[in-house]
Amino acid sequence: MRSVIVLWGLPNAGSAGDVLEDDPVGRLKVFVYELPSKYNKKILQKDPRCLTHMFAAEIFMHRFLLSSPVRTLNPEEADWFYTPVYTTCDLTPNGLPLPFKSPRMMRSAIQLISSNWPYWNRTEGANHFFVVPHDFGACFHYQEEKAIERGILPLLQRATLVQTFGQRNHVCLNEGSITIPPYAPPQKMQAHLISPDTPRSIFVYFRGLFYDVGNDPEGGYYARGARASVWENFKDNPLFDISTEHPTTYYEDMQRVVFCLCPLGWAPWSPRLVEGVIFGCIPVIIADDIVLPFADAIPWEEIGVFVAEKDVPNLDTILTSIPPEVILRKQRLLANPSMKQAMLFPQPAQPGDAFHQILNGLARKLPHHKSIFLRPGEKFLNWTAGPVGDLKPW
Amino acid sequence: MKLSAVQQNCNNRRSNSFRTTGPLDSTVDGTFKSPAALFWLLLHGICCLISLVLGFRFSRIIFFLLFSSTTTTTTNLYTAAPLLKTTADVFETLTFRTPPSSPALSDPDAPSNNTIASSRVVVGRHGILVRPWPHPNATEVMKAHRIIERVQREQQLQYGIKNPRTLIVVTPTYVRTFQTLHLTGLMHSLMLVPYDLIWIVVEAGGTSNETASLLAKTGLRTIHIGFDERVPIAWEDRHQMESRMRIRALRIVREQKLDGIVMFADDSNMHSMELFDEIQSVKWIGAVSVGILVHSGNSDETSALSQKQEDEENLPVPVQGPACNSSGHLIGWHTFNSLPYVEKSATYIGDRLTVLPRKLEWAGFVLNSKLIWKEADDKPEWVKDLDMLAGNGEELESPLSLLKDASFVEPLGSCGRKVMLWWLRVEARADSKFPPGWVIDPPLEITVPAKRTPWPDVPPELPSNEKVDGIQEHREKRAAKTRISRSRNGSRSKRKRESRTVEAQVSGRHAEE
Repeated sequence: MRSVIVLWGLPNAGSAGDVLEDDPVGRLKVFVYELPSKYNKKILQKDPRCLTHMFAAEIFMHRFLLSSPVRTLNPEEADWFYTPVYTTCDLTPNGLPLPFKSPRMMRSAIQLISSNWPYWNRTEGANHFFVVPHDFGACFHYQEEKAIERGILPLLQRATLVQTFGQRNHVCLNEGSITIPPYAPPQKMQAHLISPDTPRSIFVYFRGLFYDVGNDPEGGYYARGARASVWENFKDNPLFDISTEHPTTYYEDMQRVVFCLCPLGWAPWSPRLVEGVIFGCIPVIIADDIVLPFADAIPWEEIGVFVAEKDVPNLDTILTSIPPEVILRKQRLLANPSMKQAMLFPQPAQPGDAFHQILNGLARKLPHHKSIFLRPGEKFLNWTAGPVGDLKPW
Repeated sequence: MKLSAVQQNCNNRRSNSFRTTGPLDSTVDGTFKSPAALFWLLLHGICCLISLVLGFRFSRIIFFLLFSSTTTTTTNLYTAAPLLKTTADVFETLTFRTPPSSPALSDPDAPSNNTIASSRVVVGRHGILVRPWPHPNATEVMKAHRIIERVQREQQLQYGIKNPRTLIVVTPTYVRTFQTLHLTGLMHSLMLVPYDLIWIVVEAGGTSNETASLLAKTGLRTIHIGFDERVPIAWEDRHQMESRMRIRALRIVREQKLDGIVMFADDSNMHSMELFDEIQSVKWIGAVSVGILVHSGNSDETSALSQKQEDEENLPVPVQGPACNSSGHLIGWHTFNSLPYVEKSATYIGDRLTVLPRKLEWAGFVLNSKLIWKEADDKPEWVKDLDMLAGNGEELESPLSLLKDASFVEPLGSCGRKVMLWWLRVEARADSKFPPGWVIDPPLEITVPAKRTPWPDVPPELPSNEKVDGIQEHREKRAAKTRISRSRNGSRSKRKRESRTVEAQVSGRHAEE
C-alpha cells in the first residue's frame, strides 16, 4: 500500500506524502499492560545505557504510550494491546545486546498476560503489538544464519511486530509488521546542525567498518562482502570520502555531503539512514531486498538511491549518471521537515514523529477482521514449539 | 588454534549444509535421497581432513572448480590480489555467491526457488566484487564535480540572499606605482562577489591603457571614465578630488539610470566577502563600520618613543561608523580621533608620515541608486538632489551631505559592531618610477648586482665602483616593491653575485694599490 506523492511544482515545496502528517489521536486506542517491573524498570536500572543505544526505541515507546492520549485504561474498548518488555536491554560490557535470554523473557511475559488478562486468549495475540528492535527482530539472534534457524518466536506469530529489521521474503519479517527507524539521539543531532548555506562539497561519505576482523576473519560474511567491495573499489577515489575513523565532526561532515552510503552490516538496517535524512544527504542504500522504515508512508525510491550489492563496483558510474534535476529533487524531498520528524524519537513526543508514525501504522491496520477472534476450541499457537532452551522459565 | 578454528568451520559448514538442504530437499529430485546426503557428508569430511593438513579450506575450491556457474562480467579472478593474507584467502575469495548448501542444484534450483518464495539474498559467504581496474575514472570525476557545482548553486539560491540586487561599485583611481597592487586586490574581491556587478572606475588624468588593461582582465562589467584633472601632491587636495570623482560616477548612475546598490570601494581598501552580503539588505542609505588602519610610516627613534607613549594612553578603537543605542537605533557616529597623529600626519603623497582619513569616509556608506536618480517613484523627500549639491562647488565630505536629515541612515553589520572593510592608504613617492604596465621592455643594458643586505652601502672608494654605487643609490629611492622583485631574481644566483661584488671590491682595492 503506497501513498501518492504530491508535488505542488513550487521550487521549495516537496511533499513526501500527506500520510506522514496524519494524526493518530482518535483513530485508535491502546491498552498498556502493567507488567511487574522486572520486565522493564529493573532491567533499565541495571544498565542505563539502554536509553542511548540504537535499540532504545522500545523504552521510549513505552514511556510515550503511558502518557499519550491514545492510551485507554479500559481494555474492553482497546483496539491494540501493548506489552512493555525490554528484551534488548541485556548488554555486554561493550554495549551490545545479548539476545540469549530474550526469547525466555518474552515467553514469560506472554504467559503472564495470558493468565492474568483474558485478552490474549481471545485472539491469541492478533490484536497485540510488541516492539522488538533487535538485529533480526523477533528472531532474537544477532547472527543471521542462527536467526533464520530460529525464526520468529512461535508465540509472536499472530501479533504485530514493530521492529527495525526489514527484508523482503525473510523469515524474520512477518507480513504486517511495522518497520521503524533505529533510535538516534535527537538532541545530540540538533546540537550539531550547521548553517544550511554551507556548500555541500563532499560527493560520497561513509564512516564505519569495511571488514569485521574480529567476527569475520576470512572476509566475505560481513555485509555479504558489500562493504569490503566498496573499500577495494573506491579507497583511492577522491570523490569517495570513506574511512574507518571516528571523527568528532561526523554530524557536521554529513551536512556537507551529497550522498551518504548506507550499506548493510551484520543486519541490513543502520542508524546511518536516520542520520542521512536528518542531515539532508541522499542515502545510498546498499542492501538487497531491504524494507525501509514506514515504507508504506515514505516514498523511499523518490528520496534515496538503491544500489544492488552486485553493482557496488560500478557505484561511481551509477551515482554520477543520476541527472542533476533528480538529485535536486531528492534533496528537496529530504528537506521536508515532516520527513525528518518522522525519523526521530524526541522527548517529549512531537506531532509527526516516529511514535506517531507507529500509531498511524497501527491505525491503518484497523479495523481488525472478525476472524482474529478465536472461536471456541480454535487454537493456533503451539506453546511448546521452538528450541528447548526457550521453554525454561525466566 | 587455527586448526581448531578450521575444524569448527568444518563443523559449521556441515551443520549449515544440513540445515539449508532441509527446506531444499523437497525440491531435489527423488533420486537424491539419504545416500546422496551421506555421500556429501563423507566428501565434506574428507575435504575437512585435507584442509586440516593443508591449512586452508579445501572443500570450497573443489566445489568451485566442479560446480562454478557462469561468471558475471563484474566478478573475476582478480579479487584475490588486494585481500591476500595467506594463500588460503586466495582460494576463498575466488568463490562468489556459491551457497553453503550443495551447489549441484545451482541451475535447476533457480525455478524451484521462486516457487518457495524464499529470499533471493543468500546467507553465507559472498565474494568481494572488485572491478578490473578499481581506480577513479576521469569522466566520472568531472561529472561528479559538475553535480556538486549544481547542488551548491541550488543551495545558494535556497539559503543565500533571495533577489539580490546589482552592485554598483564606484572607484576613483589614477596611474601610479601602487595602482597595480591596489587595483589587483580590489579586482579579485569583486570577481568573487556572487551577485551582478557594475564597476565604475573614474580615472584622474584621463583613461589610460594601464588601467584599461587591468580592467579588461576582470571579466566584470566596467565603466571606465576619465576625469580631466591630474592628482595633486597634497593629501588634502587629493581627498577633495576623489570626492569630485565619485560625484562624477554618481552622475553616470543618474544618466544611465543604473539600478542597484551603490557602494564606494577605494582601490586601496580591503573588503571582506560578508560586506557584499550585508549591504544587500540596505533600503535607502546604510552605513557600515570601517576599520581605519593608520600606519606610522617611519622608523626613527623619535617616533618609536612617541609610539610607546601612545600605547600607554588608551588609543581609541580606530573604527569609523554608525553608533547605536541599546535598542539598535542610530544615535550618532564614531569618527576617527586624529588628535594623536596631528603632528605626524602626512601632507603630501609619498612622504613617510601617517595618512589620516577624513571624518567619515565615503567607503562606509552604501546608497540605493534610486536616491541619485532625478525621478524615482518612491524616492524619499529627505534626500537632496545631486545636481543642486555639486553645482554649488561646495565640497562633499561624505554622502551624508546628500541628506537633509541624517537620521534616516540605516546602520548595517549588526549596528556597526561588525567591521567588514578596512581603510588604508599606502603610496609611493609621487616621482617614483616603475616600468609601464609592469613589463620590463627593452631589457636593461646595465645589469648591476642586486643588493642583498639590508645594511647601508659602504661608500664606494673607486671611480669605477662609484658609478655603480651611484646607480644603486638611485634605485634605492624607488618603492620597496622593486627591490623585492629584484632580490627575488637575485637570490637564485646569490652566490654568483656575491663573488662578483667581492671580486669588484677586491679588484677595486687592487686597482687602488
